[in-house]
Amino acid sequence: MELQDKVIKLVSEATKMDAANISLNTSFVDDLNLDSLDMVELMMKMEDEFGVEIPEDETENLKSIGDVVTYLKSKSH
Amino acid sequence: MTATYSDLKDKVILVTGAARGIGKSIALTLSAQGAHVVFNYRGDEAKAAALKEELQAAGGKATGLKFDVTDYEAMTKAIDEFTKTVGPISGLVNNAGVSKDTLLLRLKPDEISSILDTNLKGSMMVTQALSRNFLKAENVSIVNMSSIVGLMGNPSQAAYAASKAGLIGFSKSVAKELASRNVRCNVICPGFIQTDMTDALNEKAKEEYAKSIPLGRMGKAEEVANLTCFLLSSASSYLTGEVIKIDGGLYI
Repeated sequence: MELQDKVIKLVSEATKMDAANISLNTSFVDDLNLDSLDMVELMMKMEDEFGVEIPEDETENLKSIGDVVTYLKSKSH
Repeated sequence: MTATYSDLKDKVILVTGAARGIGKSIALTLSAQGAHVVFNYRGDEAKAAALKEELQAAGGKATGLKFDVTDYEAMTKAIDEFTKTVGPISGLVNNAGVSKDTLLLRLKPDEISSILDTNLKGSMMVTQALSRNFLKAENVSIVNMSSIVGLMGNPSQAAYAASKAGLIGFSKSVAKELASRNVRCNVICPGFIQTDMTDALNEKAKEEYAKSIPLGRMGKAEEVANLTCFLLSSASSYLTGEVIKIDGGLYI
């Protein structure tokens, strides 16, 4: 499964939202209505799933699914 | 009489300031119920080993982590290592606290900082350092040890009272912030309790205080420990953001 699909699947499970309605452009706050606590928990799940550290100040810059995918790709080298 | 709560068995609870006084009584009471007590110590390895043995003899597991509550780096490192190897911590008793009586006229800035750093900032930092872990734990309960002085003030204790009152605002915020994740946070305000801290008072002062306490005596550390166990246990499952005095009626 492609990285992008894995991320979408994880977000879909965490937010109970249909994966078909989640794309790279989906915004965490505007589209998925996540509050700051939801975001922290979601990032923690990503850290566990992908074995990558996502520090607090980085999380502020991750506004959409696409941002997360880009970030994870940059960390996997 | 010691209260027992069966759900405290195997619960992993960090107690700061467990070396003596109220903290030690809390740690022993928890151990007697089979909890896994995690305590911090500042440097005395021998003392830490002795406390660990004492707690294990009382009936629970015990682990000592080396950090001072004012050292954020050391505490996050120690806590991360522990939670990675052993598992989540689902209870916290912020009890570490110092007191130094000084009249306002004589109060120096560094004394103010020292009391605020240990009593208020220290508790805030430990809570924050554990917050991520709390999201992964179950039935989390945080108990912050304030003081009756934080509610009613006391001459010569302006800085101490400020630090203890500060814990109340902090606790209420934490209670609201993390309630959705089933994390509860409550405050205990002990009155005059028999410990080293009050032993330092002269006999005349103690007599005067006892006269003004409706129940006519100072409290015992075990009595505060009982209340702490209640708040840590699911017996208090609907209690959060609450401030409970335990003062023999001193400040009704």
